[in-house]
Amino acid sequence: MANEPKIALRCDKLHRYLGQAEGRVHVLRGVSFEAQAGSVYAIVGPSGCGKSTLLYLLGLLDQPDGGEIWINGRLMSNSEDSVRTAARGEHIGFVFQFHFLMLEFTAMENVMMPMRKLGKLSPIQMEERATQLLDSVGLVDKRHRLGTHLSGGEQQRVAIARALANQPTIILADEPTGNLDVKNAAIVFDLLTSLAKDNGQAVVLVTHNPDIAHRCDFTRPMRDGLFV
Amino acid sequence: MSQNFRIAFRFLTAKKRAMVMSLSCIILGVGLFIVTQAATSGFQEFFIKVILGTNGAILIQDKLQATMRSIEVSGYNSGVEIRQKEGQKYIEGIEYPALLTAGVKSFHNVKGVSAVLRGTVVMRSSFREQSAQAYGIVIEDHLSVSDLASQIVQGSLEDFKVQEGGALIGRVIADKLQLDPGDSFEIENKGEIHHFKVSGIYQTGVGDIDSVRVYIQMDQARALFKKPTGATYLQVSLFDRNRALEDAAEMSTSLAHKADAWQEREKSWLGVFRAFRVATAITVSVFTLIAGLAMFNTLAMIVLEKTKEIAILRSMGYTRQDISRIFLWQAVIVLAIGSAIGCGIGALITYGISQYPLPITGIFTTHKFLVQWSKWHYLEAVVTAVLMVMAASLIPSRRAARLEPGDIIRGTAQ
Repeated sequence: MANEPKIALRCDKLHRYLGQAEGRVHVLRGVSFEAQAGSVYAIVGPSGCGKSTLLYLLGLLDQPDGGEIWINGRLMSNSEDSVRTAARGEHIGFVFQFHFLMLEFTAMENVMMPMRKLGKLSPIQMEERATQLLDSVGLVDKRHRLGTHLSGGEQQRVAIARALANQPTIILADEPTGNLDVKNAAIVFDLLTSLAKDNGQAVVLVTHNPDIAHRCDFTRPMRDGLFV
Repeated sequence: MSQNFRIAFRFLTAKKRAMVMSLSCIILGVGLFIVTQAATSGFQEFFIKVILGTNGAILIQDKLQATMRSIEVSGYNSGVEIRQKEGQKYIEGIEYPALLTAGVKSFHNVKGVSAVLRGTVVMRSSFREQSAQAYGIVIEDHLSVSDLASQIVQGSLEDFKVQEGGALIGRVIADKLQLDPGDSFEIENKGEIHHFKVSGIYQTGVGDIDSVRVYIQMDQARALFKKPTGATYLQVSLFDRNRALEDAAEMSTSLAHKADAWQEREKSWLGVFRAFRVATAITVSVFTLIAGLAMFNTLAMIVLEKTKEIAILRSMGYTRQDISRIFLWQAVIVLAIGSAIGCGIGALITYGISQYPLPITGIFTTHKFLVQWSKWHYLEAVVTAVLMVMAASLIPSRRAARLEPGDIIRGTAQ
């Protein structure tokens, strides 16, 4: 029992419609999925098949029209906004395709932002952890630079450090390498997976890149709102 | 420093153009409010000061007597009756000024009381004559109910106190009769001539007073008008001038004399000032509304531009309340800076217009634009700005809080 991998994330028969009236589309048609701690999952498929919609539902950024989502064994799909928000802050780290850094803040401040909200560490501990995370993504020397003074690859590395800031159990990444060149894509993917594995986190990433998908522990292809 | 405040401050300083736009709205709103308040209330305040300094807060005159309802003629049951309308009869003047003064002084808001004996006379100098109003006063009493001491522009009040037959005459009379301090003149009443000497010349700035009023000592007035007792009216000064209406009403009831508060006496002029203030208030309100709309527009634009950041913050665990507070903090920061600068600019412009030469005579005399310096104008301006900013920021901040992070990231946020 002690060696049985822990299920960090599970969803069951998820349904999601987008749009209204005649434009209403059944994007997810009863998707079920689970992710174990310490494993990296790739969700692949053509554009419009529902990959990103599934990811936002798993990340509690959106609410399903049907089905259940369990985070660390706790049913979250129908919980209140405040509960889902707290769960995002504590258990989930996001990495988006377009970096989504707060450009008015330095790299260090960006990494400290989730920690400041969670409020579990003292200011000095937050600075130490942010420095350590930026060191692990190779950006400790640029920690005081504003987001606008970092390249695309550097911004994405800061975003990874930020996603890991509160030591979440789940990392969700939406096309994390989609906006980067081949070299930077490889660096970012390696960083993400190695850091996550070191900490025993479940990583679920959406990608169009077959090379990235092949390097993941599990690949789940999607088509027309269902895993195939 | 709270994290929400830190984020709000950084958002704001990063959007300099939007910040300048919002700041300008508040600075202009606060500054304009202060300047218009100072300018419009300046003239009214000066007018009130002048009338209180010359005629006091309350004038008590004319004894009140209830009229009889009916009188039966030629004994009981004669069948002949003289009917009279219900009401009150006024008996002119004050019969026992000392007794009434004691009664008036029992009111705790009363600062001073002066009995005045007034009559119409003819003043004559060696150059010409003119009709005037002679006011018999006890100078020590009258100084407690007027600003006469500070209104002396030539001669001396001390001379009036000690000089037998001394008189204080208005600036306009002095000019007409070509009288200077120390000059002699005559006062004629009902064919009898009395001689006086100019002890001093006063100037209230009110044309109606300076052109007709001559102050003489009470015993001289009694001899002139042949009234050994009584007075025409009592002039009363108050500690709190704004209680004059209530005090006058109480005095009328308890002392059975007609008492007129300054607000009643000067109703027409105060009405003019009020109309002026209302007109200005409408102008300022319209401007404040426009400034508020501009501010609302700016904040709404900031929210639109920051949707991506809202999604990032929400994904990191920031609540809807946090998002709302971040945008409200921005409004508060702009409000604080804008109010401080607005107050400073308002004070500077107020000082500037107070130096503007504007000669006015008649209702009062001034050579410069009159302004009132009051901390309440600044407080009211800031409170107005707070209300304006809160109204302008509430909708954008709530809108920001309502945004769904999933919709923003998908690009379908409304």
